[in-house]
Amino acid sequence: MENLGLFFALLGAALSALVAGAGSAVGVGRAGQAAAGLVTDDPSQFSRALILQLLPGTQGIYGLLIAFITLTQIGIMGGSSDISLAKGLLYLAACLPMAIVGYVSASYQSKCSVASIGLIAKRPDQFGRAMIFPAMVETYAILALLVSILSIFGIANVNI
Amino acid sequence: MSENYIYAVARVRCKELTLLDSSVMDSLLAAGSYEECVRILADHGWSSEGENSSPEAMLASEREKTWDFIGELTKDMSIFDVFLYANDYHNLKAAIKESFVHTEHPGVYIDKSQCTVDPEVIKKAIVEKEYDLLPEDMRQIAQETTDVLLHTGDGQLCDILIDRAALIKIYESGKKTGNDILKLYGELTVASADIKTAIRANKTGKDIKFLERALAPCDSLDIKALAAAANDDEDAIYSYLDRTVYADAIPEIKKSPSAFERWCDNRIIRSIRPQIHNPESIGPLAAFILARENEIKSVRIILSGKLNHLSDESVRERVREMYV
Repeated sequence: MENLGLFFALLGAALSALVAGAGSAVGVGRAGQAAAGLVTDDPSQFSRALILQLLPGTQGIYGLLIAFITLTQIGIMGGSSDISLAKGLLYLAACLPMAIVGYVSASYQSKCSVASIGLIAKRPDQFGRAMIFPAMVETYAILALLVSILSIFGIANVNI
Repeated sequence: MSENYIYAVARVRCKELTLLDSSVMDSLLAAGSYEECVRILADHGWSSEGENSSPEAMLASEREKTWDFIGELTKDMSIFDVFLYANDYHNLKAAIKESFVHTEHPGVYIDKSQCTVDPEVIKKAIVEKEYDLLPEDMRQIAQETTDVLLHTGDGQLCDILIDRAALIKIYESGKKTGNDILKLYGELTVASADIKTAIRANKTGKDIKFLERALAPCDSLDIKALAAAANDDEDAIYSYLDRTVYADAIPEIKKSPSAFERWCDNRIIRSIRPQIHNPESIGPLAAFILARENEIKSVRIILSGKLNHLSDESVRERVREMYV
């Protein structure tokens, strides 16, 4: 029971990588199907379709980043791993924005990517604009990433 | 309906680029001859496979391309059977009449690639009276119509019974798919057929019993009220339609049967047009099939107009709105 703090902190790191990563996997998979459909009939669109497919993949990377920072802070990657229960719960809470927003934004971003792939199928010259629509969803994943990073670094200075 | 259509819709988006738009239709209408039309169509990828270069062969080839393409996109083609049932029942009608007059007219059958039941199976079932060979919902009407024709020799009654059965099948299977586009297709097909029947029956002085036998039920029309109106006079039909969603069709019905048919086709095209922006359901696939059928119908009108030297104006007023 004395390592419960460490358990919760590790749970936060795991959730961040797992949930955001799952969202990205779903999103990249969904956009990949549309990209494959486009490239079947128009192979010249491969690079454009690939970029749109990869956009929902960033949430998984952000989740991994948060997990990595958390593991570093709680001493799993070296150093002291003496974490109080309260601090462990704080780390868990700090990881949740990235986990939840990462999943939801990746899922919705992929829907935008699929629609944008449909757009470039008809108007390849509109690729720049087509990319902006799914990229807008990225804003919220970045905001969640910032909140999680600031919280994790802030917890280190909290004396509980 | 659990199938994922993201890949299919992306392919449909690419194929939509090859659909003929109104500017191509204008070029076809402006073409000086049938040969020039064929050249324009060839520039847009239209061609007939094999040596037969007749207009019908070209149109059949285009239809086949559509169905081959859709076949590549979905494992379960049965959802699109709603578009093919009319052909099955046409073949049933042909088989029953052929059997009644004891002569063969192979040209009257629609090819099995455009049907859900092989025409040979239908022929065999009718000739040998083995109705069990037919799909369940076709058996009863096949038997009933064969008996009616044998006892009365009334070909028109035979047509009415089979047409009604076909409409009911289209309406029900459209509803069963759960897809809005296919439901709408079923509904509009039945409603437009009912309106046409009511107008024709009124003009030829048919009684209410005939109308009750001929009209197929649908959601947007009260067929009892329509039959009563058709039994009264033409104005009563217009007055009834004015209270329905088909009020816009009244001027077209008054103009001519072909103007009303055009109105019906245009209405379907307008209803399916939002599918151009739908990224992931079966809707864009169904819309693509309907758009291609609409395109083929318009090209057929233009080509036959050119072959028969009809005036541009009379051809233009029959050409449908395009999907793209």
